[in-house]
Amino acid sequence: MQMHKHEKIWLTLSSAMIIGFLLIAGYQTFALELGPPSHKETIDPQKVDETAPFDEPGVYQTGENEYEVVMTLQIFSFTPNEIEIPAGSEVTFTMTSKDVTHGFQIAGTNVNAMVMPGYIQKIKQTFNEPGEYLILCNEYCGAGHQMMSTTITVK
Amino acid sequence: MSIALNLKNKANKVMGINPEDARISKSYFTVTFVALLVGGILGLLQGLNRAGLLELPSWLNYYQVLTAHGLLLILVFTAFFTIGYFYSVLSHNLDGLLPKVRKMVWIGFGMKMVGFVLAVIPILMNDATVMYTFYPPMAASPMFYIGLVFIVLGVWMAAFGAFIQVANWRKRNKGTHLPILSFFATGVFVLLFFSSIPVAIEVFMIIPWSFGWMETINVMLSRTLFWAFGHTLVNIWYLTAISAWYVIVPKVIGGRRFSDMLTRVVIILLVILNIPGGFHHQIIDPGISEAVKFMHVFMSLAVGFPSLMTAYAMFAVFERTGRKKGAKGLFGWFKKLPWGDVRFLAPMIAMIAFIPAGAGGIVQTTNQLDQVAHNTLWITGHFHLTLGMTVALTFFGVSYWLVPYVSGRILTTKMNKFGVFQTILWTVGMSLMAVAMHLVGLLGSPRRTSYSTYGDHATALGWDPYLIFLAIGGTILIIAVLMQVFAVFHLMFRAPKGESEFLIAEEEENATKTPFWTERWSRTILIMLIIVAMAYVIPVVDFIGDPGSPPWRTW
Ligand code: HEM
Ligand SMILES: [Cu+2]
Ligand SMILES: [Cu+2]
Repeated sequence: MQMHKHEKIWLTLSSAMIIGFLLIAGYQTFALELGPPSHKETIDPQKVDETAPFDEPGVYQTGENEYEVVMTLQIFSFTPNEIEIPAGSEVTFTMTSKDVTHGFQIAGTNVNAMVMPGYIQKIKQTFNEPGEYLILCNEYCGAGHQMMSTTITVK
Repeated sequence: MSIALNLKNKANKVMGINPEDARISKSYFTVTFVALLVGGILGLLQGLNRAGLLELPSWLNYYQVLTAHGLLLILVFTAFFTIGYFYSVLSHNLDGLLPKVRKMVWIGFGMKMVGFVLAVIPILMNDATVMYTFYPPMAASPMFYIGLVFIVLGVWMAAFGAFIQVANWRKRNKGTHLPILSFFATGVFVLLFFSSIPVAIEVFMIIPWSFGWMETINVMLSRTLFWAFGHTLVNIWYLTAISAWYVIVPKVIGGRRFSDMLTRVVIILLVILNIPGGFHHQIIDPGISEAVKFMHVFMSLAVGFPSLMTAYAMFAVFERTGRKKGAKGLFGWFKKLPWGDVRFLAPMIAMIAFIPAGAGGIVQTTNQLDQVAHNTLWITGHFHLTLGMTVALTFFGVSYWLVPYVSGRILTTKMNKFGVFQTILWTVGMSLMAVAMHLVGLLGSPRRTSYSTYGDHATALGWDPYLIFLAIGGTILIIAVLMQVFAVFHLMFRAPKGESEFLIAEEEENATKTPFWTERWSRTILIMLIIVAMAYVIPVVDFIGDPGSPPWRTW
């Protein structure tokens, strides 16, 4: 294939950039455990209320400064809501949907995950800064989608 | 037979397009720009609502409007332009359309219109407020999905018509390369056909379920099938747009094309690499392992390579042409470009917009960064840049000469000025809107959400200033929409009669001969299918047997 010298340089740089992105993404995912939420457990979406742990949604302390929030999402609310946790805690959110697809986003953080019926999703976040964070649903889920929100207060 | 064909061929070249072929393109363009008009007005309603400036009446809710806006602009506007444009190409390049092909594309047109009406009625009746993505387990009225089936079938008719036209020409011209724009057309129709297979499977899963004959549906499988199509659609527009950049823009600026061979390599790469990109819409989904997601970062980023090849090619053409016209210095060629010609200005801005738009795409496809942007208004900003600027402005630039060409009319100096002004307005409006969307998205404002302060939460109140800019951008934009629609219908029915030229640049001088393997579409398609299999078999097999969901109506 005949190519101009400049084009070869350009394409080499392009490839290097693309591979660079790839390597950084890979390093973050596998070495730093910063991969995207990808939990693989399934659950019968019609029996969420009877299936542990979602039969008792709530905030559970699992260690020093460690919490698990077992949460169901349903039109157009989060259970439990208005959560409170102490500053500096690491919180694992374990979630599923009781109806349609929802999104779980905490504005101002990197917490963002799809929560779908039939699947259990998990995402972890450490809250160092005290404040009242806005949790909202970011996947269209019906007529009241714009009202689907709650807060998490870090004290 | 062959003498007759030859005569027809000559007549075609001299007298412009065959009137019957012209009617096809004109009909497709009519639908395209009506869709833009209606979609644009709906867009404005959304923009004003999101800024808290407009409350929609109770009989028309935000999500109905958004479903229609998405469907009209992502599907109707793009698909109809693409088909109308490439059919004029096939007619011009390949000795006029065969009567059989003409009939097929008309049947396709009818099926798409029927499908569209079937899909729109339930949207208007608030029975299909499910967005253009219609993710199960939200279930619309079955009529909506039946409409989608007709649309897919209509697209297939157009694709098969194109394949027959191309195959027939190749039989008559053994050993000749397919003309470059028809080569693009083939790539586009191959992608249209293969990518609509997964969504057709999805819809055939949904229909019995929406009628209640099946109790549950596999949610992740449906979603994955949708994005195998949805993402490829994006690259179909992109391939359509770059066909104008590689072939038409050089002609407008008085230059020659970039290397024929590399152009064809870019097309082949885009066809091969495209479909697996769909997974980057599912980066934060459950049910897919991190390893599979990581493989897909690679699959998505791979498309960046032909795009960067294109970037090089465009600037090389500009520079060469400028130098030939006597440009000096490193950037002298810049001044030699015909900035006052809308047929250049619009696609040029489209290309420039693709620099930030492409960079944004690379950001979003990288797993960890997507986690910040996913489902926020950042994404909406991203595709108003890619689709609303890069693709739309290229289409507009083409429309300013192709519509007069198929209508036997000319683009006057006055209309050209009008077009330049329209292009600038569009650029200002869309940039304001897209920048505002990107920024407010980073602050967390979600997409597909009507105006909400979330109980006057301070974070949400902080978004308001950006949303005002979104509304201002949208207001400027609607003026540009109206102007564009006016321009198209003026050029179709009112502009002075006359001969226009089909703009195709010639190959560069002393070009190396393009090797013939590029014509082997069967091999290209085979490699494409292997890559699709590599990408999809593992996750799809993984989803099978996952617990299903009953239908829901939540609006
Ligand atoms: C006057 C012009 C336009 C305005 C004011 C406008 C405004 C908007 C707004 C505010 C949204 C998103 C709202 C949300 O997520 O809540 C949106 C979504 C969208 N727009 Fe536009 N838009 C315009 C033109 C266009 C054009 C020309 C295209 C494509 C060619 C386009 C394609 C889309 C698509 C595909 C969506 C996403 C729909 C979805 O999320 O389901 N828009 N538009
Ligand atoms: Cu929701
Ligand atoms: Cu995509």
